[in-house]
Amino acid sequence: MKSEKKGFVWGHKHLLGLEYLTAQEITHILDTGESFKEVSRRNIKKVPTLRGKVVVNMFVEPSTRTRMSFSLAAKRLSADIVDFSPSLSSLSKGETVKDTARNIEAMGVDIVIIRHTAPGTAHMLSRIINASVINAGDGAHEHPSQGLLDIFTIRQKKGEIKGLKVAVVGDILHSRVARSNIWGLTKLGAEVIAVGPPTLIPEHIRDLGVRVSYDLDAVIPEIDVINILRIQLERQRSKFFPTVREYARLFGINSERLKRAKEDVLIMHPGPINRGVEITPDVADGKHSVILEQVANGLAIRMAILYLVKTAISE
Amino acid sequence: MAWQLEWQFCIWLKPLLANNMTTLLIKNGRVIDPANKIDKVTNIFIQDGKIKSVGSQISKADRTLDTKGLIVTPGLIDMHVHLREPGKEDEETITSGVSAAINGGFTSVACMPNTDPAIDNEALAEFVYLQAKRAGKSNVFAIGAVTKGRKGEEISEMGQLYRGGAVGFSDDGESIKNSEVMRRALEYSRMFNKPIINHCEDTDLVRDGVMNEGYISTVLGLSGIPAVAEEIMVYRDITLAKLTQGRLHIAHITTKKSVELVRRAKEESINVTAEVTPHHLILTDDYIRTSNFDTNYKVNPPLRTKTDVQALREALKDGAIDAIVSDHAPHSEEEKDVEFNIAPFGMIGMESLLGVILTELVLKKVITLNRMIEALTVKPAQILGIPKGTLSVGADADITVIDLNKNWEIDPSTFKSKSRNCPFAGWKVKGKAVHTIVKGQVILP
Repeated sequence: MKSEKKGFVWGHKHLLGLEYLTAQEITHILDTGESFKEVSRRNIKKVPTLRGKVVVNMFVEPSTRTRMSFSLAAKRLSADIVDFSPSLSSLSKGETVKDTARNIEAMGVDIVIIRHTAPGTAHMLSRIINASVINAGDGAHEHPSQGLLDIFTIRQKKGEIKGLKVAVVGDILHSRVARSNIWGLTKLGAEVIAVGPPTLIPEHIRDLGVRVSYDLDAVIPEIDVINILRIQLERQRSKFFPTVREYARLFGINSERLKRAKEDVLIMHPGPINRGVEITPDVADGKHSVILEQVANGLAIRMAILYLVKTAISE
Repeated sequence: MAWQLEWQFCIWLKPLLANNMTTLLIKNGRVIDPANKIDKVTNIFIQDGKIKSVGSQISKADRTLDTKGLIVTPGLIDMHVHLREPGKEDEETITSGVSAAINGGFTSVACMPNTDPAIDNEALAEFVYLQAKRAGKSNVFAIGAVTKGRKGEEISEMGQLYRGGAVGFSDDGESIKNSEVMRRALEYSRMFNKPIINHCEDTDLVRDGVMNEGYISTVLGLSGIPAVAEEIMVYRDITLAKLTQGRLHIAHITTKKSVELVRRAKEESINVTAEVTPHHLILTDDYIRTSNFDTNYKVNPPLRTKTDVQALREALKDGAIDAIVSDHAPHSEEEKDVEFNIAPFGMIGMESLLGVILTELVLKKVITLNRMIEALTVKPAQILGIPKGTLSVGADADITVIDLNKNWEIDPSTFKSKSRNCPFAGWKVKGKAVHTIVKGQVILP
């Protein structure tokens, strides 16, 4: 498989966010993901693309599915993968992220996948070390692989992104998934509607070309995709909304609400789900839901990301 | 032995004699002294560390500085710096701080009391003067804490601090949250005619904020500090100043609305003054984005927007803002070289201030050279009530000589400061202090 197509050459050594990619580059990742999806259907689900390369999963913030997904993606590409999950507290007491990353690099690492609570940590790392850096979520900033797998899933179901109306529902303020989705979807020509209480929708999100609505029922009939964000319960204690019950009433996705939605509306969720809070179990497991397909697609997209950044180092 | 005693006596006596007898002539410079409304090419004669005369006649002197083509001003004053001693001597000491001041053209600095322990009593204020005397370069003035331990609960022994040399009171780094405490501080300090310098910030609105709240914080996913967090406190303090007739000085003002509040208060003759930093006059929050989260742009109050920068510039021009300060806040590299969220706030500025203000504001005709000098000399001297910032006959011969045509690049590795967290690193600027003279002694170069 080649990363060159119609004279297009992938040139990013790091993947820090979708803000930094063009529509063409995003499409190229999605297309590459399609080819890797085929690998998952094979009897032997492994290709030698990254043989001899070392990938480190550095997750300074807890995660199960993203970490597993990257691990599995690296293994299917025949890379050696090391999981390293220091706790934030041990880092702040002793070694800094900078020193930790340099130590890891001294062991001859080619790609570092980093998840951290602080925005910009992947950028910082990319300045310090020579290895490729993949941002697996930096605070509320970006989560590019999640944004890509969401868009990948939408494209698979809808054929094209352009012209679609995608609602992102919930805590936009603290969501890296929302930001990566907004960058990616708007670049590919979709309209994004941020839906949630005003306390969780920053005013300036409009400047990214996003429409804002505080009334889910008003917008539900016109939208093609609903991407539901996880509600973090600690936000309630920080006065962003009065009770979880009220949040669920106003913004929870249930089958009653969905009756007014388009016939072929897609229900997405980056997980982990709070069943009964932002989404009811019957919707999560219902016919519109593509939540598990998102997880499956995540693997293909992450293989594509690892493969592409590797081609950039090789050149 | 007798000859040894005599020899020692001479060593001790020599500097005393030299000091008493020394004369210095600064000739042919363009002398700008806003305090005396002087702006002309002339000479300054200095004797015994004092200004003896300003005028065209030339007297013989022990040393002569030919300042043809250069600007000669009263020694510059930076009324808001953090020298970190006692407590954080790895980041700055009074000794390294005064060297940085001299290198930047400042003959006087006023240091903030957010040290460890806080400068909240007479002995600690005197410690600042003692260390400054040992360092023996620029003048250092101590600002005392408003409240004991800077906790914002009980007012400090302001009378004792005043006796120890405090020229103002501030809990800088922390806002005085309790309105009654602020009220009493403004009232009590009237006895000494010294300002209460407040760092205006509603901490409930700031929460875990690390940069200006706006478009850039939204894109970067960083917690924002809204402009109103400052403005609410500026408004509260102005109304308290009106109530108490106390002297209020707003530290490092940053927003358009804050400036409007101060301007209106001045029109109502409320006793309020304000200061602004070069970074708030020149940089915006967009630098955090374009630099990919460089923590050298993390500062409190945060870098704001273009609209605010424009308003600050106009206010500096029309006098709504009185003084320019560096808010020099040294931090070690290991402290700054971490994730954006956990890096400390602050940037250094004493050695870059003159270059960036001359280049970005004076050369670009935002403010005049005379206005800049006023904001760095007579204005801060008046606010703190110190006998500096003037070339009047009989005044201390504190003088800064500036070469407006000197092109140089800001390189923090050459700074005298112990820290390197300068947001203007790599900037090419025009204009530099070439001589810094304190009490008649030419210390730079």
